[in-house]
Amino acid sequence: MIIPRLALKNLLGAGLRTWLNVVVLSLSFVLIIFLQSLYKGMGDQAKEAKIDIEFAGGQYWHESYDPFDPLTLEDAHGVVPDPIQEKIDKGEATPILVTQATIYPEGRLRTILLKGIYPQQSIVNLPSKFLVQEGEDIPALIGARMAKSAGLKMGDMVTVRWRDAKGTFDARDVQIARVMKTSVGTVDQGQIWIPLEKMRGLMSMENESSLVVVAKNTEDIPTVSGWDFKSLEFLLADIEYLVRTKTTGGSIMYIFLLLLAMLAIFNTQVLSIFRRRKEMGTMMALGFTRSKIIQLFTLEGAMHSVLAAIVAAIYGIPFLVWFSKTGWALPEGTDDFGFGLGEKLFPVYSVGLVVGTIVLVLLVTTIVSFLPTRKIAKLKPTDALRGKMS
Amino acid sequence: MENSFLIKTQDLVKTYPMGHTKIFALNGVNLNFRPGEFAGLVGPSGSGKTTFLNIVGSLDSPTSGSAVVMGKKIEDLSHKQAAWLRNQNIGFIFQTFNLLPVYTVYENVEFTLLLLKMSAEERKDKVMQALEWVKLADRAKSKPAQLSGGQSQRVAVARAIVKEPSIILADEPTANLDAENSFNILDTMEELNRELGTTFIFATHDEKVIKYLRRKITLVDGKVAKDEALEQKKVKGGNQ
Ligand SMILES: Nc1ncnc2c1ncn2[C@@H]1O[C@H](COP(=O)(O)OP(=O)(O)O)[C@@H](O)[C@H]1O
Ligand SMILES: [Mg+2]
Repeated sequence: MIIPRLALKNLLGAGLRTWLNVVVLSLSFVLIIFLQSLYKGMGDQAKEAKIDIEFAGGQYWHESYDPFDPLTLEDAHGVVPDPIQEKIDKGEATPILVTQATIYPEGRLRTILLKGIYPQQSIVNLPSKFLVQEGEDIPALIGARMAKSAGLKMGDMVTVRWRDAKGTFDARDVQIARVMKTSVGTVDQGQIWIPLEKMRGLMSMENESSLVVVAKNTEDIPTVSGWDFKSLEFLLADIEYLVRTKTTGGSIMYIFLLLLAMLAIFNTQVLSIFRRRKEMGTMMALGFTRSKIIQLFTLEGAMHSVLAAIVAAIYGIPFLVWFSKTGWALPEGTDDFGFGLGEKLFPVYSVGLVVGTIVLVLLVTTIVSFLPTRKIAKLKPTDALRGKMS
Repeated sequence: MENSFLIKTQDLVKTYPMGHTKIFALNGVNLNFRPGEFAGLVGPSGSGKTTFLNIVGSLDSPTSGSAVVMGKKIEDLSHKQAAWLRNQNIGFIFQTFNLLPVYTVYENVEFTLLLLKMSAEERKDKVMQALEWVKLADRAKSKPAQLSGGQSQRVAVARAIVKEPSIILADEPTANLDAENSFNILDTMEELNRELGTTFIFATHDEKVIKYLRRKITLVDGKVAKDEALEQKKVKGGNQ
């Protein structure tokens, strides 16, 4: 235990230089944890929103249904098999019918997705209750993004044209009953929701659906032929991927800072090994082996990260705690994250992240501190005492 | 009585390359030292005094010949064994004091004990005892930068003596000290030599040191020119 004690004393004895290195390193600590937890918070928030409004406990897809290929939608519908229908009847699932359609807002043609959902469903947190038909007009629900891009507002009538099951074109006017604000683009952009039964009638697709959303925490998932169950893991994979991409992109900033800190520590080490040859010679005369001296100098360098972790904790913990309470208000119209976000972002910290960061920084610092000490391995005691280095 | 020698060198040669030729820093030195000696190597600069102390102190190894210190052949020791020998048995005192700047006086003296298996209390007792020997117990908490040259060298003496080694090698210990401090430190060392039986070997060309020596070995060009026992000429306290 003597080496760490001596190392700490030497490090603290070096004064200002040590603290400069420590401060830069502590900034990388805080920034790494801050950014990583922000992205984690982002991902969690986006996932929660998607689960809330779109995925619930997972989805059964008609075997031809592929949300990424609208051209397949024409065939991607069918009568729901009994095991799933039972769940729907018990209120543990809700069907959705999807087809392609066109609208002509402001005289221009636009391809959209027409989606039918039960107005009374409570499986997903979509405000489908506004789809309860009261008069002649077919009520429609759209998201704020759709409203903006198509120039639609509540009360507007819009003509929707589609091909029914037999392939013949048909059209109806629908009235925008509600514009909902949601962070989830995939229930908003380019789509119009209408009552499911009405849609089935118009399309001549009695009892048919494209997908069925099951309630949250449904454990009993029967296997049925012709329909594939898509778990949350599958459905959320693209967000997971996006978060990972963002996280990597965001790392550039702290990798740069970390690099700076490593450079400073490396430089400090080289300098201190150069300047302290006589000290090393004295230590050898007192009975220290070269490997002990290498240990001492390496540890001295590595301890920068220990001090940095302490310093980072001193100002970082209050900051990160405050930040997790206040959150980060996103600028208006921040939509370019690739996934929907609420108005405020909250970082999500994890023990793994903090421990992982500390271990990573400690490891890198140790390596950087060790490299210049290899010179010591060849140092002769007599040369060291004369302040010479071969 | 071969075995009664603490240090025994035989045809000790140390050369350094110098262009196409080589310098003989030591050129066949045969010297033996018994426990409790208070001896000095004297001679002009470049005569090989430091080289001899370095080899005997296992900081360096001979080019040829042999140096046996406390039964160990220096030329056969590994780096680690040499470090062990120094740590256990040999204290060094340097011309430039060589205190470690970030540590306190106390810590500097304690440093050499840290490698030995010793309890903290035992260490503390020994460090305070050593500081009392050199009359610096009251400066235990000072940093080297706050000490005068004389005080610094006394700390170095405390550091060398604290582990009670068999041998203390002092290379020009007074070269950076004024007369008063020189006598002071020499008095202390002679006292330790008498009370603890520690062997002191000096390298010096300082007349003040020579006055204290009981044996004077004159080196010239890496060879022993003269090896004589001296009458004690010095006056205790040094202020004659
Ligand atoms: N590391 C070294 N490299 C080359 N020459 C050296 C080295 N150390 C000592 N010498 C030479 O060896 C000779 C003896 O040196 P040294 O033992 O230091 O003498 P002294 O201590 O009596 O002044 C000198 O000529 C010196 O220049
Ligand atoms: Mg010399």
